[in-house]
Amino acid sequence: MERRSRSFYLLAGFFGLFVLFLYGPIVTIGILSFQGPQGGLTFPMNGVSLHWFRDLFEEQAVGDIWGSFRRSFALGLMVMVTTVVVSVLAGLAFRKRFTGATLLFYLSIASLVIPSILISLGVGLIFNQLGFKVHWITSGFGSQLTWTLPFGLLIMFAVFNRFDKSYEEAARDQGATPWQTFAHVVLPIIAPSLLGVALFGFTLSYDEFARTLLTAGSYNTLPLEIFGMTTNVTTPVIFALGTLTTLFSLTVIGVFFLTVWLLSRRRKRPSDAGKGMV
Amino acid sequence: MLRNRNLVGWLQAAPLATVLLGFLVAPIAMIVIVSFWGATEYSIYPAFQFDNYQFLFNSPVTYTVFFNTLKYAAITWAFTLVIGFAVAYFLAFEIRSLKWQIALFLLCTIPFWTSNIIRMISWIPFLGRNGLANSTLISWGVIDEPLEWLLFSDFSVILAFVHLYTLFMVVPIFNSMMRIDRSLIEAARDCGANGFQTLWNVIVPLCKPGIMIGTIFVTTLVMGDFITVRFMSGSQRANVGRLISNDISLLQYPSAAATAVVLLCTVLIVIAVLLRLVDIRKEL
Repeated sequence: MERRSRSFYLLAGFFGLFVLFLYGPIVTIGILSFQGPQGGLTFPMNGVSLHWFRDLFEEQAVGDIWGSFRRSFALGLMVMVTTVVVSVLAGLAFRKRFTGATLLFYLSIASLVIPSILISLGVGLIFNQLGFKVHWITSGFGSQLTWTLPFGLLIMFAVFNRFDKSYEEAARDQGATPWQTFAHVVLPIIAPSLLGVALFGFTLSYDEFARTLLTAGSYNTLPLEIFGMTTNVTTPVIFALGTLTTLFSLTVIGVFFLTVWLLSRRRKRPSDAGKGMV
Repeated sequence: MLRNRNLVGWLQAAPLATVLLGFLVAPIAMIVIVSFWGATEYSIYPAFQFDNYQFLFNSPVTYTVFFNTLKYAAITWAFTLVIGFAVAYFLAFEIRSLKWQIALFLLCTIPFWTSNIIRMISWIPFLGRNGLANSTLISWGVIDEPLEWLLFSDFSVILAFVHLYTLFMVVPIFNSMMRIDRSLIEAARDCGANGFQTLWNVIVPLCKPGIMIGTIFVTTLVMGDFITVRFMSGSQRANVGRLISNDISLLQYPSAAATAVVLLCTVLIVIAVLLRLVDIRKEL
């Protein structure tokens, strides 16, 4: 083994500090959410209890947390499915270099870098003037797509730029129709990346705030509910909620990586394809 | 054949185009239109007047707030660039096994998939008057009184920005670094370059596209933000986003729209300058 240079240890230390910087605060509120009933928003711990978690599960003054969780979850699934389907279609379209592709590409990038509050304000104004009611299923859904679709599209670009076209040509040479080529050759190859698109779609929607702010209507999504709590809740119940929803996000991420890992393991298993030829 | 290809392409791109037209182009058009409208205390009415812009450009507050916004963007950019570059460099060049590279890279990216609001809230027990930072510094004898500027100040705003957005630097720079042909670095060493010369004359130039993409992300995210500034400054600092959201909460939509148009133009100018320096599509 080659000996590590001094710069390795320096940078490793820096990296360690960076990870601490990333995770330290969230771990802290994780600990503080177990405050005793008399405890406050900072250390010291005033006993250890599940008081604040219990508070969340008893429906009372803190608002409609579980309703907003259900809405955020449903919206996340809607956005996830739509993002995957639309991104794949758009990814296929961009391979064909259709007229107007450059314009659409720049629009997608614009969608990513535009200040979120403009989407929120503009969509709110349009619904207002057309006499529609803003609702998380309609205006909230559309606004969130402007945030998740560009990520999906960028992933699809990365996927198709590395895609070996000879697979498709082989399928076509064997007489597969375009649909068969897509369903039996292209789709299985890009499937793991689609899981990535799905992960982005769900988590970005689940945590989205700025674009949903003026477009969710009278029923809050979870981030809006949490933000509302920051202005009037001064007990660790907000840490308990933060801990739970972060754990939920981590579970989603964990399930995603587990699926990818299982998929790649299945692929590595030697298949019997071609054995009949020998 | 060309027409056929175009048609299929259009059909496949149609869903994306529809969403972007309906929820990106139309809202911006609407904002531009409404920015010329008038407002009473409780409603807005169609008009074509420049009052909103006139008010905006004649108010000294506007200039302070825009300056503040650019200041946040510049400082956050500098910090995220240095931290992001160092982290990406460590992952790309100092970690030798691919397995560890992926694992540590994921460790850096996971927070991106969790809630920004929670990540902001989680600074409170650290920075508050009786927070961890103050009590630690006092117990070490570094300070006698709790520092007041830790929370609800420019410091906490920028700290939160760096915390939230450094990832947007790490990922594109790491991506650029992974594409650098390792033999170039060996060649530099063989030619007698020391570590710093290799870094500055070989690695940094080749990372430029990644740095640019990260820069675009960080500056636009910071310039368009309103929630981090409001939350981390305890409503004591202002940026353009907060100016807009204040107008919205007062139902002064036309005035909010005018500010939004000016903000959009500022962001677009910044991006246009940056895009001249790099072709994003080649980098994916």
